[in-house]
Amino acid sequence: MINKRIFLKTVAAAAMATAGMGSALAADITGAGASFPYPIYGKWAEAYKKETNVGLNYQSIGSSGGIRQIKAKTVAFGATDAPMSGEDLDKDGMVQFPAIIGGTVPVINLEGFKPGELRVTGPVLADMFLGTITKWNDPKLAALNPGKALPDQNITIVHRSDGSGTTFNFTDYLATVSKDWADKVGKGAAVKWPAASSLGGKGNEGVAANVSRVKGSLGYVEYAYTKKNNMPFLQLQNKDGKYVSPDDKSFAAAAAGVNWFSVPGMGVSMVDAKGAESWPISTASFILMYKQPTDKAQSAEVLKFFDWSFKSGKQMAADLDYVALPDSLTNEIRSKVWSQIQK
Amino acid sequence: MSVGTTMSSKSAPAESGNPSMVSIAKRQRIEDIVFHRVTQGFSLLVLVALMGIIISLFINAWPAFQKFGLGFVWRVEWDVVNEEFGAAIAIVGTLASAGIALLIAVPLAFGIALFLTENCPVWLRRPLGTAVELLAAVPSIIYGMFGLFVFAPLFADHVQPGLQGLLGSMPLIGPLFGGATNGIGILAAGIVLAFMVLPFIAAVMRDVFEIVPPILRESAYGLGCTTWEVVRRVVLPYTQKGVIGGIMLGLGRALGETMAVTFVIGNANRLPTSLFSPGTSIASTLANEFGEAADFHLSTLFALGFLLFVITFIVLSAAKIMLLRAEKAKGL
Repeated sequence: MINKRIFLKTVAAAAMATAGMGSALAADITGAGASFPYPIYGKWAEAYKKETNVGLNYQSIGSSGGIRQIKAKTVAFGATDAPMSGEDLDKDGMVQFPAIIGGTVPVINLEGFKPGELRVTGPVLADMFLGTITKWNDPKLAALNPGKALPDQNITIVHRSDGSGTTFNFTDYLATVSKDWADKVGKGAAVKWPAASSLGGKGNEGVAANVSRVKGSLGYVEYAYTKKNNMPFLQLQNKDGKYVSPDDKSFAAAAAGVNWFSVPGMGVSMVDAKGAESWPISTASFILMYKQPTDKAQSAEVLKFFDWSFKSGKQMAADLDYVALPDSLTNEIRSKVWSQIQK
Repeated sequence: MSVGTTMSSKSAPAESGNPSMVSIAKRQRIEDIVFHRVTQGFSLLVLVALMGIIISLFINAWPAFQKFGLGFVWRVEWDVVNEEFGAAIAIVGTLASAGIALLIAVPLAFGIALFLTENCPVWLRRPLGTAVELLAAVPSIIYGMFGLFVFAPLFADHVQPGLQGLLGSMPLIGPLFGGATNGIGILAAGIVLAFMVLPFIAAVMRDVFEIVPPILRESAYGLGCTTWEVVRRVVLPYTQKGVIGGIMLGLGRALGETMAVTFVIGNANRLPTSLFSPGTSIASTLANEFGEAADFHLSTLFALGFLLFVITFIVLSAAKIMLLRAEKAKGL
């Protein structure tokens, strides 16, 4: 009898605890979309929860999933790497703003070459991915790298097999710098990879694993993966003709050269940005919200979260190898974009 | 409540007419009806879910079928940007990897089942059988990671160059072993799949081998047959259909396997030209592209899913029919 009573008490206590948790969860803000910014949103959310006790429930389901979810109004904000056009935004009554900046990096596995030792131009990189340059000692590559002993080795292309914002960013760059690429392949979260040697890896980790394993391979990953695994990368020639290495400075330089409000919905592509220091495959990840949200309280909470993150989240972004938006830009986002959202 | 007690209590009140017995019988009858309906409802739920999946797959896939017609099945194209799609590449990859898996797994499973039922010392039978069944409990992502990080490098460095050197210059089958030796591709996917379906096939084979009446087996041994002769002339003919049923179950699993295949098949949307070349399967294409697919691309993925459903359905129905026949044969 006593045992039973103790048991009932425990059950009741557990039920109350669960109910308590339920009410705490109810205040959480919800978002879904791009996986590229997921680590930094997660980090911001963790710190934000400590300070305000408001959590973020972000589902990293991919950019088009994020667009679907915000259109279905199941989340308070959507996140996408490929920006929506101003026209589509107007149709759905949404606003769009960038939240974080990162970069994509071509990585290689070529014995005896250190990170950044080899240089390529955009069109040559495109030719390698097109499969028209198939060997590492191709004259075009040799001309860009005088004095380097390039091996007579086949190039194996490694790409993302899953649809991803990283692929969008990378193919956006190739299509910008190479007419051949734009005509034959185009840009998208998943494309038809033309090189006969190409193989796909799932996720950044899949591409990184394949590149570090297959000799003579060339792939592309998010910058954080290059740094974490100390992968040999290629130096790229930017729009100003300078060879640059990927790091937070060259991403920030690319961001500085962008006129964000030149396109409705701020959907500016950052690839091939001008500026002597700019890394040419930089990208912003965007947030989608309704101008007239059905749940105004939730929507206000989302703005509070990003407001806090823009102010206090810069170091966290740097720790994870992202680049936070400059203050001048976030101020403009506050005054020009957030002001359109009904509170 | 067992059926037996219900039956006996049903007839009892009619004879005695005892009112309390009658009420018990009534209650029991109602309980039986409720029990019958509830379990029937559960089973119908499965049917409804199945139909729901088929119908929703088909509705979502309709735009793709409408645009490409039946030709979608044999069209060799997968270009997301230009919205040109065909299922042939994925179907070939699916069938080839599953076929290789069976080629490897069936003889292995056959040997395992034979050893367990014919030659194995009794004390080893249980631990060995359990070990085989445990293989089935390993999550497929583990097979995938093992395949990519452990198996593929070894395969690329030690097996593929050897195979290529040995068979690459042979006529007819030579081209099958051509191409880059990256370690991942159709063959690697087939081998990893083989180890995934092995426990299923081995377990079914062991079970059907065990149903061979001891009298047949012992008679054959008594006539002086070797183990192989007993297996070849008695066990196999007796269990033929059950064995095929088990293989079909393994095939069904190999066709639908997703994560492990995605890791090792290479995920290239091209028709594979050799066993070493990367390809893609229906399930791995779905796993790869679903997250970022929209609009028409999404509907072609649903169409792929529908085709996989059709293929698996055919395979599993064939297996069921064969298993049913095996059951009948056992009754003889």
